[in-house]
Amino acid sequence: MAGIFWWVIFPYMTLAIMFVGLLYRYAYRQKSWSAPSTEMFEKKWLRIGSPLFHWGIIFAFAGHIMGMVIPKGVYEFIGITDELYHMGAIYGGGLAGLMVVAGLVILLIRKMTIDRIRVHATFSDFFSVFALLIVSGMGTYMTIIYNTTVVSYEYRTTIGPWFRSLFTFQPDYQMMLEVPFIFQTHIIAAFALFASIPFTHLIHFYSAPVTYPIRAPQQYRSRSQYQKKG
Amino acid sequence: MRIKAQTAMVMHLDKCIGCHTCSVTCKNTWTNRPGAEYMWFNNVETRPGPGYPKAWEDTDRFKGGWVYKNGKLQLKAGGPISKLANIFYNPEMPELDDYYEPWTYDYDHLIHSPKKENIPVAQPQSMITGKYIDKPEWGPNWDDDLAGGSEVVPLDPNVQKLQEHISMEYEKTFMMYLPRICEHCLNPSCVASCPSGALYKRDEDGIVLVDQDACRGWRFCMNGCPYHKVYYNWNTHKAEKCNFCYPRTEAGLPTICSETCVGRIRYIGVVLYDADKVKDAASVEDPQELYESQLSVFQDPFDPEVIEAAKKAGINDSWIEAAQQSPVYKMAIKWKIALPLHPEYRTLPMVWYVPPLSPIMNHITNEEELSTDGYIPAVDQMRIPMEYLASLLSAGDTRVIRHVLMKLTAMRVHRRAETVGGIEEFNKSQLMAEANTDTEELEEMNRLLGVAKYNERFVIPTGRREMDDDQYYQQGACSIEDLAPPEGLTFSIGKGK
Repeated sequence: MAGIFWWVIFPYMTLAIMFVGLLYRYAYRQKSWSAPSTEMFEKKWLRIGSPLFHWGIIFAFAGHIMGMVIPKGVYEFIGITDELYHMGAIYGGGLAGLMVVAGLVILLIRKMTIDRIRVHATFSDFFSVFALLIVSGMGTYMTIIYNTTVVSYEYRTTIGPWFRSLFTFQPDYQMMLEVPFIFQTHIIAAFALFASIPFTHLIHFYSAPVTYPIRAPQQYRSRSQYQKKG
Repeated sequence: MRIKAQTAMVMHLDKCIGCHTCSVTCKNTWTNRPGAEYMWFNNVETRPGPGYPKAWEDTDRFKGGWVYKNGKLQLKAGGPISKLANIFYNPEMPELDDYYEPWTYDYDHLIHSPKKENIPVAQPQSMITGKYIDKPEWGPNWDDDLAGGSEVVPLDPNVQKLQEHISMEYEKTFMMYLPRICEHCLNPSCVASCPSGALYKRDEDGIVLVDQDACRGWRFCMNGCPYHKVYYNWNTHKAEKCNFCYPRTEAGLPTICSETCVGRIRYIGVVLYDADKVKDAASVEDPQELYESQLSVFQDPFDPEVIEAAKKAGINDSWIEAAQQSPVYKMAIKWKIALPLHPEYRTLPMVWYVPPLSPIMNHITNEEELSTDGYIPAVDQMRIPMEYLASLLSAGDTRVIRHVLMKLTAMRVHRRAETVGGIEEFNKSQLMAEANTDTEELEEMNRLLGVAKYNERFVIPTGRREMDDDQYYQQGACSIEDLAPPEGLTFSIGKGK
């Protein structure tokens, strides 16, 4: 039964909180939806910490797509052996993980030690940094240390199919029962983090301005567009 | 031809007394909130000086505005792709200390201090951290009236460009005031810099605004605007800027800075321009041609073709009429005595400046014996170096400045001649020829610059209300009518269309 809770109920519950939260914030709290930059207060440490963290997490995200979303069969089909894949995962993923962790640590120290920033840091700011640190710290540990010393775990045959099964609404929770504890904890922590996104500044991830390069440089808006009735 | 209307401003710098009333009333209206303490939508700078934020004209550092490179107009700080690459750390963004750390004083201590040997003092206290500041070292108008003198003046990027040495001795130096608001540009680089598309130019009046819902705080506007008139609110994490007091202008009232201007230096009016020409006008190669090319986008509001095109574009009669009476049209376009601030930024700014002339007139001591043409060398040797004014207002082209100053001088000499005689001599003078004007124009100029009353200085058509909700229906209706209309809640998609 615990298996059903952690690998069926919990993921759907946290994702539901995330989506409803996002919709709520979009509809009613958009004035608080932003990337709360503190660059104005401090630039030197941000210059190192922020790009490290953000690029790291983008690489890590891409790595998770490669591991969780793309089935093992695809790699076999294009001729990438298990050894080659895991080499890439350990070096690439390890580097991305280290970037994330190092960036977070720099940003956290910056947040705690620089007066102008600390004074305006809220609970949710610290919460999201710590939550990210826990999740990414575990992930980095698994990639670099656990995988190379304890056991090189083939998550593409267990966690991957389970993760994909969530999106077909046929969650195959039995896949997850035998997964090493540290992987299970990483996943649960990550889903808990997803649920918190609408309530912290991490929400700016969902407004990444990807359409900027294709829009017209000058924007005109008419007052009449605000008219409600004809 | 795609005609749009633009509400614009002219500031007559000769009349600015540097009293900062505009800044104070603006601040009390718009930026006296947490997160906005350091913002001055309107500020008055003493020139020469670094201004606010410090050395904002240093475009090599902040990379504001546009550049014309490889036959294309592009943002100086880089286009969308390079912006997205720098979104986690914007290397060119100014810091709070480039503005100043806002502070208050611990007044409470004056009242609640226990009895002590010494009189209690109100210590300065940061409005960012709440901590005491030992010694504020920079603030808005720290360099007011050349305070800081030879130490601060060289920070002015225009001074650094000057060929000639600026004397800092009290008897020889010069000074002028430069009040600044958002330029509400025709080709705003802040709008183009915004990744979220939150900044926009209003169709109806050209006012550039930030959509507070859509702004995501990516902060590229902060340095994308070469005038540094978009600010980042550290409390709301959204950008804010001068909004041309649109709730006032929509009601036909001048902006609060203009309304309260003691020297009555400000003029507000409507101009019509062709939006299709804007990009080409900003893309001429030589920066010194930008002033003339900007003038070429404006349309004559008396031309029947223009009127027809304007009507087709949905501009109503009251706006066209306002454009015909517009003091901005007269000063900037017809008489060409008002110039755009830093046209070389290629944003086509819409706050125009009549360059100051005052110090040279004080310089002239023998006015009784002076012939009309004696004023010409006086203009050429005026105390404010023409090069300095040119670096502010005409991308370094002193001919433009000289012509304006000649015209303004001609206006004064004309008025003098009318009172004390010599009008014939004046009409035939070299001054009149160099000013390239006629007495009728000088009379008109004198009226607008010198005696114009409120209704002539501010010709502002009201915002169009007929586009709003059904106002006939709303007459006497309940204020929560939208929530509970008498006919019950209905989804009215496409209703009444």
